[in-house]
Amino acid sequence: MARGTDQGVLGRIAVYAVLVGISLLFALPLLWMLSTSLKPTEQTLANPPTLLPEPISIVPQQVVRNYIGELDADGEVIHRGVWTDPVVDFPLYLRNTLLVSFLAVGGMVISSALIAYGFARVQWRGRNAMFVFVLATMMIPFPVLMGPMFIIFRELGWIGTFRPLWVPAFFGTAFNIFLLRQFFLTIPRELDEAARIDGCSHWGIFWRIIVPLSKPALSVVALFHFIFMWNDFLGPLIFLNHRDQFTLALGLQLYQSQAGNVPWNLLMAASVLVVLPVVVLFFLTQRTFVEGIATQGLKE
Amino acid sequence: MSTQDGHTHMHGLKPAIPPGAKTPRGRRTDRRTPEWVTGLLFVSPWIVGFLSFMAAPILMSLYYSFTDYPLLEPPAWIGLGNYAEMFTDPLFWKTMGNTTLYAALAVPFGTILALFVAWLLNQSVKGLVFFRSAVFLPSLVPLVASSMIWLWLFNGELGLINVAIDAVLGPLGVRGPNWLGDSTWIMPALVLMSFWSIGQAVVIYIASLQDVPKALYEAADLDGMSPLTKFMNVTLPMISPVVLFNVIMAIITSWQVFAVPYIMLGSEGGPDRAGFFYTMYLYDNAFRFQRMGYASAMAWVQLLIILGLTGLTFLASKKLVHYRA
Repeated sequence: MARGTDQGVLGRIAVYAVLVGISLLFALPLLWMLSTSLKPTEQTLANPPTLLPEPISIVPQQVVRNYIGELDADGEVIHRGVWTDPVVDFPLYLRNTLLVSFLAVGGMVISSALIAYGFARVQWRGRNAMFVFVLATMMIPFPVLMGPMFIIFRELGWIGTFRPLWVPAFFGTAFNIFLLRQFFLTIPRELDEAARIDGCSHWGIFWRIIVPLSKPALSVVALFHFIFMWNDFLGPLIFLNHRDQFTLALGLQLYQSQAGNVPWNLLMAASVLVVLPVVVLFFLTQRTFVEGIATQGLKE
Repeated sequence: MSTQDGHTHMHGLKPAIPPGAKTPRGRRTDRRTPEWVTGLLFVSPWIVGFLSFMAAPILMSLYYSFTDYPLLEPPAWIGLGNYAEMFTDPLFWKTMGNTTLYAALAVPFGTILALFVAWLLNQSVKGLVFFRSAVFLPSLVPLVASSMIWLWLFNGELGLINVAIDAVLGPLGVRGPNWLGDSTWIMPALVLMSFWSIGQAVVIYIASLQDVPKALYEAADLDGMSPLTKFMNVTLPMISPVVLFNVIMAIITSWQVFAVPYIMLGSEGGPDRAGFFYTMYLYDNAFRFQRMGYASAMAWVQLLIILGLTGLTFLASKKLVHYRA
């Protein structure tokens, strides 16, 4: 689009300035979270605040204090830190979240891929009409369903277990089905037909051709659903009823509901630990995604 | 969203499947399983999931909405009682007003901002990867974490926002408000915070901007259009279907706001319940007050509002949205 040649130098400088300003505004909350998470408590209460922990050389010590915490030989708290905090059991919530996410992501990838194949590669009457119907279900919000879902899961005896959080993932979700169907449609049909002539069934084509060629799209679905599970607050709030089962999203909120007096540096350190995996995944998959599409040779 | 279709594919071509070949279910058949059976088998997980986790709950809540259902006792039919109660329930109208106000501010301004940022990020400048990452990343931050971060930023005394306001406008006598502790400022704070996570919409808009044929811009350049006219007359019409889709999804999302105000302001929604949203009240009725009947009626009203708003958005956009042939 506007390539700058007609914009003049001033226009380009203006665009640059606005871009830098906007990026800074977007990055600032995350940077401030990081900086606060490394400060000693007194410094978080200073007004005006310092930009960075002072002196900067205390950072390694602050990582230990705020992120891990220091206990004496009897297990008494010297410095309250996220990992060893007795009030909010971060390692336990992390384990719960990972377990639930792992099951849900696995189910979501397998089921969405199978369903998308049925919509992309098999011919049957009513297929397109049904696909439109699937897309329409994207509009149904979870709050509308949550009450009856609670009752269904209560009848099944699943309240207070992880099942309500991961079992539904085994039945696909409109958005992921849509995403995979669009990707499957870009895979050349000649490949299926060659396989058919060799005696391959749909099941065989799905596993031997479509799945191996769709790794980038499948990993995008996995990423999206992992982030969804990592983020989900309302689901765990409704379906879990014991603190030992809490996921990170619920557990972190315990800091807040303790009625104030939580040191901001501790809160920010916990937030950093929750944000970190998402940031890391973002940078890793950005590469996988681009590379995947580039190297699979789909666009010959 | 191109929907390629493959109707031309393989009619008349009869692949030789050897007798006894495995079909999706692993049954042995002499003939190929009919395509429609195979198709339905592949999509059957969705059908089962839809029936049990969508259709059943929606129908159940339709029934419950006409009953008094305290969860521990069976539902008792009360006709339109729940719907009638809404009319005189001040909290229902409070949440309705708050949610509408939030949607009316966050959706249009968020859309304009996202379009503007997408347009900026589609310029050919150095460092685009950095700029794009900075804008996109916040939209991936889990709501619990962003609630904590903004709780800290909005803190009345020590929060970075007020520190900045005091530093810049302090000499003029302007003081930053106690954002989340002041019923007037809760809504502006929540709307402001929602702009932080426009990244996903921006990414979608950038992709659609790159799909606009270059020839159109060249023609516009020949006509001597200014960048703004070009955007309004060429770009916007071309990407309007994507904008429509995003606006609809944003409306639906804003009617589901729950976690952020619940975490930042508590289950009451802060002073004067200024941050008390529709879904929070629905949650209260269903799970705190054990009033599943009333909650179900609220769920149905929410569903109808969302369908209605979507329909209205479609109608209103009929003249504005340009679908390419």
